[in-house]
Amino acid sequence: MTILFTEEHEWLRPEGDLVTVGITAHASEQLGDVVFIELPEVGRIVEKGEEICVIESVKAASDILAPVAGEIVAVNEVLPDTPGAVNENALGTWFFQIRISDPAALAGFMDEAAYTNFIG
Amino acid sequence: MAGDTGCKRTSLYDLHVELGAKMVPFAGWEMPVQYPMGVLKEHLHTRVKAGLFDVSHMGQVILPIGAVAALEALVPVDIAGLGLNRQRYAMLTNDAGGILDDLMVTNRGDHLFLVVNAACAEADIAHLKAHIEGVTVVEGRGLLALQGPAAEGVLEAIVPGAAALRFMETATFLWQGNDLWVSRSGYTGEDGYEISVPDEVIDAFARALLANEAVAPIGLGARDSLRLEAGLCLYGHDIDTTTSPVEAGLTWALQKARRAGGAREGGFPGAARILQELANGPSRKRMGLRPEGRAPMREGVEIYAAPEGGAPIGTVTSGGFGPSIEGPMAMAYLPADLPEGSTVYGEMRGKRLPARITPLPFHPTSYKR
Repeated sequence: MTILFTEEHEWLRPEGDLVTVGITAHASEQLGDVVFIELPEVGRIVEKGEEICVIESVKAASDILAPVAGEIVAVNEVLPDTPGAVNENALGTWFFQIRISDPAALAGFMDEAAYTNFIG
Repeated sequence: MAGDTGCKRTSLYDLHVELGAKMVPFAGWEMPVQYPMGVLKEHLHTRVKAGLFDVSHMGQVILPIGAVAALEALVPVDIAGLGLNRQRYAMLTNDAGGILDDLMVTNRGDHLFLVVNAACAEADIAHLKAHIEGVTVVEGRGLLALQGPAAEGVLEAIVPGAAALRFMETATFLWQGNDLWVSRSGYTGEDGYEISVPDEVIDAFARALLANEAVAPIGLGARDSLRLEAGLCLYGHDIDTTTSPVEAGLTWALQKARRAGGAREGGFPGAARILQELANGPSRKRMGLRPEGRAPMREGVEIYAAPEGGAPIGTVTSGGFGPSIEGPMAMAYLPADLPEGSTVYGEMRGKRLPARITPLPFHPTSYKR
């Protein structure tokens, strides 16, 4: 299965017009232990770059931006009660799923090799 | 020694790097904020076993024993009544009754030994020198804190006699021919020790402690969450030149001898305000907050009395997530008449979230009294 990466350290798994989104292991290491996650509401229409999640670690608060425009069709409902899962297994911990209207929206993201190179 | 960042380095810098610490600038020093274990696990490790902290950035100062009265003129604390080898928490006050710094004072027989905050050290030393003859900055010694329920056994094994010390008692011990200034104290809410160690052997001594499997190195990140759970103030955040010791809830540190009717009543900077607040109560007080849900209420969050409208009634001075209490915690200065258990609201990201006023500490302390 394809996995794409953003410069904001999110991973994207596209399947048809659905894109599942999480944050990378690199991001979780930078954040430190995650203690709070606020997910967007299902059904919300989001623009690319919109702040849609709050993630707080023992150190600081940060936002997760919508990597693509579309509709939030699902969120990982157990995540707010188990935020530490992000530190245990970032690639296996999804945040939300977006239905995209324009498949071209996935052009321009990095593959794993390019992302590994990006984070140096 | 200075690194590339222009920050000073402690004698344990190489050890921190070897242990995989993430180093950050803090009060002009390059310090470990966390090790590979991470803040959360470091915090919990300290509560169940023992954590080793490098606090060598803190200032160590010696005053001649004849300076007792001169020091009493700078602090609202009973120094004359401090017994031999006893330690006491104190604060330097200003003329407005605010706090210039908080510190530890030990009576070591022929001198007083002070430990002050790194960020305030330079100003404190200038202030002390302006009022006291014979102030000596201790050079060539670092400071370690060993904290947690296993600390006693760990230290006793390599420094026989350390286990016999009680809370806030101090002694000098020899380790491989080098003198250790040991006090049974700390700033985590746990039993433990602070140990002043000569620079030449501090690396070897730290490694000897870390050789015990109960001991893990702990960074500044967990040091902050540990002290906040223990309800302890961080200078520059929970106390500063605008907060009085009474507002800060530090009245336990103001002994009878310096209060109204005491043997040496007043006679410290800001006495008028501090004695007045002791008599009549302050208008605002440092209080503990337990926010509902999991979202941390961090420093700077404004607190309101109601879910909508009105002006802020206070601001969070320290806040974060408490690993041992498994939830968010915060401290704020709030109107003194707000009863414990009442609900206030912290405004975060445009929303007011409820928080309950809770007695401090958030996590029970376990000092060896």
